[in-house]
Amino acid sequence: MTPTTTAVPSFDESSLVARARTGDTEAFSELVRHYERRVYRLAKNITRHDEDAEDVLQEAFLKAYEHLDRFQGNSAFYTWLVRIAVNEALMKLRKRKNDRTVPLDEPLDLGEDVMQREIAVWEDNPEQRYSREEMQKILDDAVDTLKPDFRTVFVLRDIEELSTEETAETLGISISAVKSRLLRARLALREKLTKQFKRKGENLLDLM
Amino acid sequence: MISCKEFLTELNEYLDDVVDPDTKQHWQEHVDACPNCYVVVDTTRKTMQIYKGMQQQDLPSDVKNRLWQALEKKMAARRPAQS
Repeated sequence: MTPTTTAVPSFDESSLVARARTGDTEAFSELVRHYERRVYRLAKNITRHDEDAEDVLQEAFLKAYEHLDRFQGNSAFYTWLVRIAVNEALMKLRKRKNDRTVPLDEPLDLGEDVMQREIAVWEDNPEQRYSREEMQKILDDAVDTLKPDFRTVFVLRDIEELSTEETAETLGISISAVKSRLLRARLALREKLTKQFKRKGENLLDLM
Repeated sequence: MISCKEFLTELNEYLDDVVDPDTKQHWQEHVDACPNCYVVVDTTRKTMQIYKGMQQQDLPSDVKNRLWQALEKKMAARRPAQS
């Protein structure tokens, strides 16, 4: 596992944004270099499609550059950038909606029932038992089974670490919708991963 | 004591720790007494951690090159207007 990127100490977002707004392209380039990987990851996670993710990456930065004068500075630059990228990604999803295959394995219907079908203790440190590539595939396959509405909320809340309020605002949905979609997404992923990682020989416990 | 269903409906609030101490204590009593919910809590937490820790950070070099080509073109086009 590679360490996650942490902010470079010399990276001063607000002064770079201020310089970029005056037309300093080097300052804007610095912002792009800092966030390009995260925006691509976000785009890939929402669209689940290589070409779409690349389009989203380009569009997000081109639009951010074009509309930098509209950035109010009352949120972090990254939050603003995420909003642009998410909008682009959602447009891609809508365009592809008709040719997307519907996953056969639907997530749990939480409205009626939060009952979990698969309850088992995991083996210890599953991340050490698989290669990085194998693990990535397990995680990707599980995320792929989520419907886009649920996947998007999960990506913003649990991977990009936006707050519930920021997620609601970015997606234009209510806070309660964010909460219920996140719960469904987390429980569905938990169940998928449990199928992979449950301790061998462990009997499933019946709930209640 | 609250039921499993009631607890699982509030699972996010429990995991994200966004409740008052009394409510948390109330839920904790359920988790401590219910092996199934204990496992669900534990494995859901691990699910969240595993996704946070394992997300790919790589930007393929061809994707990166095309991004920068597009950006440089845009910046060059705008530059005269800035002066």
